[in-house]
Formats: sequence, C-alpha cells, structure tokens
Amino acid sequence: MSHDLTASSVASPLPASGPQPALPQLAAATSESRFARLTLTITALAFVALFLLLPLAAVFTEALRKGPAEFVAALGDAETFSAIRLTLTVAAIAVPLNLVFGVAAAWAIAKFEFKGKAFLTTLIDLPFSVSPVISGLVFVLLFGSHSLIGPWLQSHGIQILFAVPGLVLATVFVTFPFVARELIPLMQEQGSSDEEAALSLGASGWQTFWHVTLPNIKWGLLYGVLLCNARAMGEFGAVSVVSGHIRGETNTMPLQVEILYNEYNFVAAFAVAALLALLALITLILKTALEIRYSAEIAASRRH
Amino acid sequence: MVFGRITGIVGLAIVLGGLQLGAASVAFADTTILNVSYDPTRELYKDFNAAFAEKWKADTGETVTIQTSHGGSGKQARSVIDGLQADVVTLALEADIDAIAKGTGKIPADWKSKFENNSAPYTSTIVFLVRKGNPKGVKDWNDLVKPDIQVITPNPKTSGGARWNFLAAWAYGRAANGGDDAKAQEYVTELFKHVPVLDTGARGATTTFVQRGLGDVLLAWENEAYLSLEELGPDKFEIVTPSISIKAEPPVALVDGNVDAKGTRKVAEAYLGYLYSDAGQKIAAKHYYRPFKPAAADPADIARFGELKLVTIEDFGGWKEAQPKFFGDGGVFDQLYKPGQ
Repeated sequence: MSHDLTASSVASPLPASGPQPALPQLAAATSESRFARLTLTITALAFVALFLLLPLAAVFTEALRKGPAEFVAALGDAETFSAIRLTLTVAAIAVPLNLVFGVAAAWAIAKFEFKGKAFLTTLIDLPFSVSPVISGLVFVLLFGSHSLIGPWLQSHGIQILFAVPGLVLATVFVTFPFVARELIPLMQEQGSSDEEAALSLGASGWQTFWHVTLPNIKWGLLYGVLLCNARAMGEFGAVSVVSGHIRGETNTMPLQVEILYNEYNFVAAFAVAALLALLALITLILKTALEIRYSAEIAASRRH
Repeated sequence: MVFGRITGIVGLAIVLGGLQLGAASVAFADTTILNVSYDPTRELYKDFNAAFAEKWKADTGETVTIQTSHGGSGKQARSVIDGLQADVVTLALEADIDAIAKGTGKIPADWKSKFENNSAPYTSTIVFLVRKGNPKGVKDWNDLVKPDIQVITPNPKTSGGARWNFLAAWAYGRAANGGDDAKAQEYVTELFKHVPVLDTGARGATTTFVQRGLGDVLLAWENEAYLSLEELGPDKFEIVTPSISIKAEPPVALVDGNVDAKGTRKVAEAYLGYLYSDAGQKIAAKHYYRPFKPAAADPADIARFGELKLVTIEDFGGWKEAQPKFFGDGGVFDQLYKPGQ
C-alpha cells in the first residue's frame, strides 16, 4: 500500500527513466530544492501510509474478515451494544462539562490578571502529564471503600466507582485540558480590546461574551470540543481502573475491545475497534468540512 | 470564573444524582446479583447463569438477573476491596478471596469451610499446550529441560496461574527425585532457563505462544488449554497431559457484607449452592473444568480429561506457607530465576 502511494507521487513530476538522470535537466537554481521537496513529500507520505493508513486498514480488514453480516452481528450483540450506548452517554455528559469548564478557565486566564494565574495554567495541563492509570486510581483513592468519603457514600447507597458516575469523573479528568488548551492561546492573542469596547458601549457582561467573545473563539472552541470528544470516547486507561468491568453495565467501547480480544473473538473485537475508528474519522471529516465551508470566516477571526 | 466553576459543580452534582436515581429505580424492578469472576470463566458462567435463572424462576417465581465481571483474578479482588458491589466472588486463587476478607471484613475469615470441597465446586490442573503434531515430542516434565525446548509461562510474581505452573513443576521434580526438595529446586531452576520471556498474566502468555508463535510448550490451566484449542482451531495445537501435576482449586465465596446490605443473601447463597448441584457440575465439566462430583457430569465430557497423578497445595503446606516461601520477596523464585542466563 505504501509503495503505491509513493510510486504515484514520484512518477508524475519526473520522466519514466527515474529520478537520478532527471535531476540535471532541471534548472540549476531549483534542482536542489525540488529534490529536497520531493524527498520530504515522499517521506511524509510513506510515514503516513505506514503508521496511520496501514493500521487503520488492518482494523477494517480484520473486522470484515468474515463478511459484513458477521460485522453487523458483532455490533448487535447485547453487551457490545450496551458498551456503545455507555460510551456515547459518558461522552455526552463529559464533553459539555468540559466545554463549560474550558471556556470559563480560558476566559479567566486570557482576559484577567490575578494571583496564581501561572499556577492555574499549569494545573490545567496536569491531566496531560499524568498517566491515565493514575487518573483512574485518583478516583479509587477518593471514592473507594478505604477513602474518607467512601464509607459515607456507601451507607447512603451512592455508587460512584464501578458505575456511570465514576466513568464520567475519570473521563472529565482526562479530557479536561482539551478545550482550555485550545482557547487560551487564541484568546490571549486576541487580547481584550474588543470586550473593552463592547463594555464601554454599554453591553452587559453576558452580552459581551455572547456577541463579542464567542464569535471570536468559536472555531477554536469547536476544534477543542471535537478533540475532547474523540478522547472521551477513546479513553482506556483511566476508565479501566474505575469500571469494574461489569458486562453490559460498565464496559465502554475500548474496554469491550480488550475483553473481546482476550476471548479470542477477533472479528467482534475489530468490529468495535472499527466503529471507534469510524467515530474518530467522522469527527475529523466534520472538522475539515466545517473548515472548508467557513474558511473565509476562519481567516477573518485569525486576523484579529 | 468562580461562578462558572460553582455552577459547573452544581450541574455535575445534579447530573450524578439523576443517574443515581435512575440506577436505583432499575434495581427495584428485579433482583440483580453480581458475580465477580476471573478471565476464562465467561462461557461457563454464561451457561450457568441462564440455567440458574430458570431454576430460580421455577422454584420461587422470582426473576433474577445475574451480572458478571471478568478480569485478572488479583485485579478483580482489588476492585471488590475498593467497593465493587459483588454478591459472590468466583476467583482463581484462595489468596485473592483471603485478600478481600482481610481488606474489607465483608467475607468471614473461615469462608473456605462454608461450601463443600474447600469451597471449590470445580477444579482444574496444569497441562502442556504444544504445536500440532507435537514436533518436539514433548511427553512429560523431563522433556521441558531438553536443550532445544522453549517453555512459555507467565511471571509467578504477578500471575496466579503461573504459581500453579511453578508448583506443578516442583511437584514433578520432587516426585522424580524421591521427595528431595533440593533436587526439585535444581529441576525448576533448569526449567526457567528454558523460559525466553515472562509475561505478567496467563492471557499474555497464551498470546505470546499462540499469536506471536514463540516457544514450543505453553504451561496452561487445563480448562484454558481446551478453550484456546476450541477457539483457535484444533488443527494448530494439541494438549499433552503430563504424568503428574497439581490440582488447582478456584474457590467461590459469598460476600456477606454486600448481600446483607443489598438483601440478596438468599438468592446469592442458592446461586453458589447450585454450582454443586448435578446440573451445575454438568455445566462445569462441559466447559472443561473437572467437576467436584464427576458422576453428575456427562461421561463423554469426563472422558476428555487425561489421567494423571495430582498433588495439592496442601503438599506445599497450603498457600499461607507456600506463598511467602516460594513467591515472596527474596523467596525461592527470586533466588532461582536470573534473567538472561
């Protein structure tokens, strides 16, 4: 597969005799940069093919090995179906929460000066630098039977760990930085002059946010949300620790992939993996489509 | 900012509370019990749960839903200690249930005496999985230390299954040398020189052997070996039953603390009891576990098991003695296993 790609990209700009004799015929001033350009392009394409396209193709091939009927049957299995539903539920709760947190945090950091701002910025990055397993264990330590509030929660019949709330908490923690990280540089670059102008013209805080700030940041925000959503659906480590692996109850899609794989049910494992990959691809296509559709507007907001 | 955070937290609380209410109302509609088990029991309990639910419905008219959770035995025990609301645990090792008893107090210390046969309704043993046609001619333990043989077994420090493998090998070394433990240690030391890689768990070791094609012999639980044979094709592998091995007793226990809190004691007790019934024993044998009462099982299922001499963990002084002696820090395994030799 990688050969096809590189071959076609080499063939078009050069004569059939091959790259070596072709080079001296080019204008002397550009020959070197052209060669470098080609090498770089080929390297990048080969790399993408080898490390991104090939594994992705392998996932879909494995999933469809026994035909599309088997693929659909694997996804229709009650436990797998519940894993899909759970993953979507968790993402549907975690992503809006991080949208609100992310905007609030970015707003505070970019537009105001206050004590401990640098510390807060570092803190937002924490989930990126902490291993996901630790992110999960943190909640076991917080809400487990041996924690301070664990026994109280249990005596009141509140189940956080090994239930949906624990999965949501772990996912929120892991995906916390995505929206904020995307917005902070953007908002800092834009400065606060637009907001000051709006306020001086008599707009309220909310009006300023809704009519001035939000339109300026909406592309960054959308990108952050899409990334956040992709990670929320794909997260494995942290949710694995807090899941409890109850079949049909607390297994998310990535956990279900592992279980099916361990049970030698390769077709079903890759079918779920393919669906996860498909969700990621849809996210990507959505983002690209929006970017193309609104390219002029995006360029305008960047120029601010 | 602060305002945003507070609204966010309140929002989270409302969402979580809502979920909790939703979960609680579902629980009322129907009795649900949770069986926290280990990796290879999925098919067994899928069959058994259906059989039990039917029986319970016929006996009491109540509908019971049995949820299951599968994972590494030690990890599963850890989850129960951390608050996973198991009604019953059906794990690979006594030590894992002991850990729950000690860590939570939800299982009494004498749990082993609550059900027959040390609370082990089915047993298994350690056998060899070799490549089809047995190209290296492996028949018994002494073949494993021949020069060109590579053996795959997980790390006994991290894997419960690997401890059984280790002790089974030791039992052979002992029996072959008239009960001499020093000679047994020599044999096991030699054996581990034939192990190219120590995976952390049984499933990892199986993958190494099956998918990566590493090694000539996989030391495996009998039920796992038959399961991989069934799943991966009998045309690729075959099972060799050695002359002697160890009887592995995967135990079951009621989590008293949880069933009393949830009011599920009666059904959970009946569930474990049903494992010992003729129907339960039959299902266990069908899924390649050696039943406690072989007479209750299908004779055709029993005939699949090779005959061999079985020692038990009691021959090593029980797990309480064997665990620290062989697998504790600085124990026998640490002394005899030197990687890269």
